[in-house]
Amino acid sequence: MENNGYLDMELLRFSTAGSVDDGKSTLIGRLLYDSKSIFEDQLQAVESVSRRAGNEEVNLALLTDGLRAEREQGITIDVAYRYFATPKRKFIIADTPGHIQYTRNMVTGASTADLAVILLDARNGVLEQTIRHSYIASLLNIPYIAVCINKMDLVDYSSDVFEKIKADYLVFAQKLGIKNAYFIPVSAKLGDNIVNKSENMPWYDGKTLMQLLETVPVSHKINAEELRFPVQYVIRPISDKFHDFRGYAGRLAGGRIAVGEDVVVLPSGLKSTVTEILQAEKKLDSAFAPQSVVIQLKDDIDISRGDIIVSASGLQPKISQDFTVMVCWFNFEPLQLRKRYVVRQATFETQGMVKQIDYRVNINTLEHEQNVGQLNANDIAQITVKTSNPLVFDSYNHNRATGSIIFIDPDTNETVGAGMIVD
Amino acid sequence: MNNYQLKHLQELESESIYVLRETAAQFNNPAILFSGGKDSIVVTHLAYKAFYPAKLPFPLLHIDTGHNFPETIEYRDALAQKLGAQLIVGSVQESIDIGRVKEETGFYASRNKLQTVTLLDSIEKYKFDACIGGARRDEEKARAKERFFSHRDEFGQWNPKNQRPELWNIFNGRKNQGEHFRVFPISNWTEMDVWQYILAEKIEMPSLYFSHQRQVFMRDGQWLAFAPFIKLKPDEKVETKTVRCRTIGDVTCTGVTLSQAANVEEIIAETAATRVTERGGRTDDKRSDTAMEDRKKEGYF
Repeated sequence: MENNGYLDMELLRFSTAGSVDDGKSTLIGRLLYDSKSIFEDQLQAVESVSRRAGNEEVNLALLTDGLRAEREQGITIDVAYRYFATPKRKFIIADTPGHIQYTRNMVTGASTADLAVILLDARNGVLEQTIRHSYIASLLNIPYIAVCINKMDLVDYSSDVFEKIKADYLVFAQKLGIKNAYFIPVSAKLGDNIVNKSENMPWYDGKTLMQLLETVPVSHKINAEELRFPVQYVIRPISDKFHDFRGYAGRLAGGRIAVGEDVVVLPSGLKSTVTEILQAEKKLDSAFAPQSVVIQLKDDIDISRGDIIVSASGLQPKISQDFTVMVCWFNFEPLQLRKRYVVRQATFETQGMVKQIDYRVNINTLEHEQNVGQLNANDIAQITVKTSNPLVFDSYNHNRATGSIIFIDPDTNETVGAGMIVD
Repeated sequence: MNNYQLKHLQELESESIYVLRETAAQFNNPAILFSGGKDSIVVTHLAYKAFYPAKLPFPLLHIDTGHNFPETIEYRDALAQKLGAQLIVGSVQESIDIGRVKEETGFYASRNKLQTVTLLDSIEKYKFDACIGGARRDEEKARAKERFFSHRDEFGQWNPKNQRPELWNIFNGRKNQGEHFRVFPISNWTEMDVWQYILAEKIEMPSLYFSHQRQVFMRDGQWLAFAPFIKLKPDEKVETKTVRCRTIGDVTCTGVTLSQAANVEEIIAETAATRVTERGGRTDDKRSDTAMEDRKKEGYF
């Protein structure tokens, strides 16, 4: 694929968490509106629905709340994805509900984000929900956090208020290990420091939210050091032209792969050398995460879906049937100890059971609660897992793709939990 | 190693190919829902790239309303032949003839909604367990809530209130007998991305997308293509205009726009300048505020 001019853009995925009162929908509406990403017919439709509902102002939340139930109840239930572009970047917003009963939706939206926008009300400062949203962002290892201190117009654009909230936030951010937090004083309603620099806050010399979104490095998200290539699908064309072709298709989950490189297939430990890297007809000398490619190896060895190809040199992933996981439980059916669940990681699937609940996190206070008998929907806890086959993994903080698992209930086929491997 | 950075189209392409390969790996009998529109053309192109040098592991399933633009049918047949793909056609006319559905009447009569029955019948007849579609989340507000792997119950229904959470890139395609999935590999693409990709990959497109002379008439502020089976209201008259289609569906509900854009570059420039969404010209969406959600619940694309 050739890239030039306006085709040459980067993609940033970010999530937003907050509730109706924080002004989150207004903030998103403002980003879309000021970047001219709302179309006339969308605005007209929202205006007419707002009028019929008896709203005095145009309710920009209707742009993202697409389901009938959400519109009727005036709440965001499910993650909504919105798209917009500026001349510099393309953006995908995962807009998530902020209430505690939708923690699982927040986790879902945060799982693919490169940056999290966390909103708080300048009048209220750091609240329980700020801690909760920040905890989820740190748990999901989102590289950057933009803390938007909103409604600055209601505190007379005071720099003292801003500095006080920033200092409060940094105290617990340190505990959570959050390194890259940016603080922006904004008024979503009036547009201060969203796209355009605010004239009301000359004391703030940092970036506007849009400037931050346009410039924050995105290459950071790729674990560029160790090769991780989960085999997704084996391609064997039964044709005269490609008689001996045996290609391993997959998307790189970390690092870089090059023709001539010595590799190891895990968990078998069989070794070989990369002879060819293909992107459809195009032959590549090397590829890197997150490219989807097909590779061929020198030796005819047994490789199937679920295996992970890594470099023969460099840091090796762990291989074990026992590991510790931070889990967010998703289902209204509580987690059952020793029940057989299906465990999925990258392209690998096995059976597993939860041996014990180590502790549950109180996500408002961050305290660890001991002696917990059961986990309910939206609970976050550390658990010990055992699988029937060995898992090849990295810790989640090291590699999001090889360090994440989901639990599926074989009785209902539902995805019931999401886990981040600690060790 | 910070210079290893994909550009947005490459990243979107990589994601879509990943989804297509997951579909081939997790299901026994998937099919591509091929409408002849740009989105399903791009999905088919991505599928070709995902499995090269093997042949496309999915047949193309076209739900033919019988009210298609002839250009669509020509393009469809030529593409299937070029890729060596199996083409399966589900006919709405046949569903009407055997009494499975009843034709709508009146000025706004369209076979768009009837397609759902033909689609679900075809899924059952050929035992497809996953249907790959070109729907995008930016198209419409109900589609903004759609998963990559979207579960359908035994009745082909979508339950938007109780969707499986989709985390990272781990897709759960497990299901019971009789249920199926809809898979949307280009969920994260916008209309602009699609056209930029068509340009970058030099994908051949049906002539309908480029400006041409056509017999059209104005209804409710929207230009529609005229065809012999369309009933005109007394005040509507057929004129010849230079137009192109922004989306392609059934003739009866596809609006056309006045346009001079004669190639992909000009379409991209036009898309960048437009202030109306592409589905702004689709009368099927205008039936009510939640028209798409309601149709999707019943099993629509």
